[in-house]
Amino acid sequence: MAGRAQGASKLSLDVATIRKDFPIFKSGIAYLDSANTSQRPRQVTGAMMEYFEKYNSNIHRAAYRIAEEATVRYEATREKVRAFINAASTKEIIYTRGTTEAINLVAYSWGRKNIKQGDMIVLTVLEHHSNIVPWQILAAEREATIEYVDIDERGELLQDQFRALLERSPKLVAFGQVSNALGTINPATEMVAAAKAAGATVLVDGAQGAPHQGVDVRALGCDFYAFSGHKMLGPTGAGILYGRRELLEAMDPFMSGGDMIKTVRLEGTTYHDLPWKFEAGTQAIAEMIGLGAAIDYLSELGMEAIRSHEREITEYAYEALSEIDGLTVYGPPPSRRAGVISFALEGIHPHDLATIADRDQVCLRAGHHCAMPLMTRLGVAATARASFYIYSQKDEVDRLVGSIKEAQRIFK
Amino acid sequence: MSSAADDQFYREYILDHYKNPRNFGRLENPDISHEEDNPLCGDVIGMDFRVKEGVIEDIRFHGRGCAISQASASLLTERLKGLPLEEAKKINKADVLGELGIDISPARIKCALLSLKVLKVGAYGLAGDAMDEEE
Repeated sequence: MAGRAQGASKLSLDVATIRKDFPIFKSGIAYLDSANTSQRPRQVTGAMMEYFEKYNSNIHRAAYRIAEEATVRYEATREKVRAFINAASTKEIIYTRGTTEAINLVAYSWGRKNIKQGDMIVLTVLEHHSNIVPWQILAAEREATIEYVDIDERGELLQDQFRALLERSPKLVAFGQVSNALGTINPATEMVAAAKAAGATVLVDGAQGAPHQGVDVRALGCDFYAFSGHKMLGPTGAGILYGRRELLEAMDPFMSGGDMIKTVRLEGTTYHDLPWKFEAGTQAIAEMIGLGAAIDYLSELGMEAIRSHEREITEYAYEALSEIDGLTVYGPPPSRRAGVISFALEGIHPHDLATIADRDQVCLRAGHHCAMPLMTRLGVAATARASFYIYSQKDEVDRLVGSIKEAQRIFK
Repeated sequence: MSSAADDQFYREYILDHYKNPRNFGRLENPDISHEEDNPLCGDVIGMDFRVKEGVIEDIRFHGRGCAISQASASLLTERLKGLPLEEAKKINKADVLGELGIDISPARIKCALLSLKVLKVGAYGLAGDAMDEEE
């Protein structure tokens, strides 16, 4: 992997070398949808293929050699994740299918035990549906209430309103580290500290944070942290829930069945230890091995260099897009946003722009980005969104600008 | 990049219907009024019908959306105006796509058919999910 991070400080990425690890770019696409799902390098698909072709077998059960190898490699990802997010123990690393399942696990297992009638949950209008709907279902079931922190005109959370809500002693506070729709980087450390001081349990949705800024869960101080492998070079179906050990130990299983038990008798069952208590049924073995390879890849590059590269390309795109007549960029200035730019074109629907861009092989997202409350708050049905990652380059931004101008010519 | 001449998707008449939608607006005291949305993009189309002796005497559509959904709605209202409801019931997916006259990708088919869904669910009470199955 030498050469992908440039210079002794490793603060910049050698994007040309990185792109060679991603065969999909041979097709000529400009991929500007990494906030949706990232591309995957050969190292990740190769690790998965190696499992399928060399030691395919089920984990935690069989006594033969290849099954032992599968178990070792599958469990090795847990230590890689632990180190990546700086958790205290691998017992705090629960494998899930993704962020959505991780949040649902907390809503069901922790939520149903701890949220009672009249309790308050604090969310924000920036949230992805996956960090709204499970809480709405829980609140309806328990007759609890939900309050949402609003945003200012730059798409940044109103911290005064947040502090005022904390004074009403919410039981749970859940928010995203980074907004998937606007790219807003929330002051997560300060928000977690304030919420903890107010006595709340805190879940941070790291789906857009872990891949781009990384996280130190102990420094962040949250109780739960959820993220998805497929947005960080890994495969779909591989996600992580981090939970503080004492909370996880007090929680009941979310799913039950095989592999999450110690003993099953007709009279009753004792559950497995952490983390397996929450991992029922045959798991996504190849996917978790792939996620381990993705973390190796990201760690080699360094999260600081990744963030620095994304900031550079986001600034470039922000300037290029801001120069276009009739184009509105939503969200904060580039210094306070992740590699995501949501925008609207006067008189051109985002879907039409995406269709025109597609003909130029520019992959652009158009829609509500699973954040309909935020779209309502912004007064739009949908936006177009360009998002970046380690392999994004300025030439792709230039191609996007070309597609936008083509759309304006067609719709003039 | 493609030029306007070979622009199969955004033909002139589609853009014309998008920019100058026919029968756009609301009817006062309509006999039938119905709205549907496209959950993929949050776009909404609604239609108001005035029906007299089984004939669609007047029709208006409203809402917001992309060129495909808006042009499709505009074209459909042109066709529906003055048509007996019984005839309107016969309009199907192929008719609407044929009228648009362009190759619609699977990703955009819901945009093109949103107005037909409004007609079907609103004008003769087919359940919304029955329409989905038909697609």
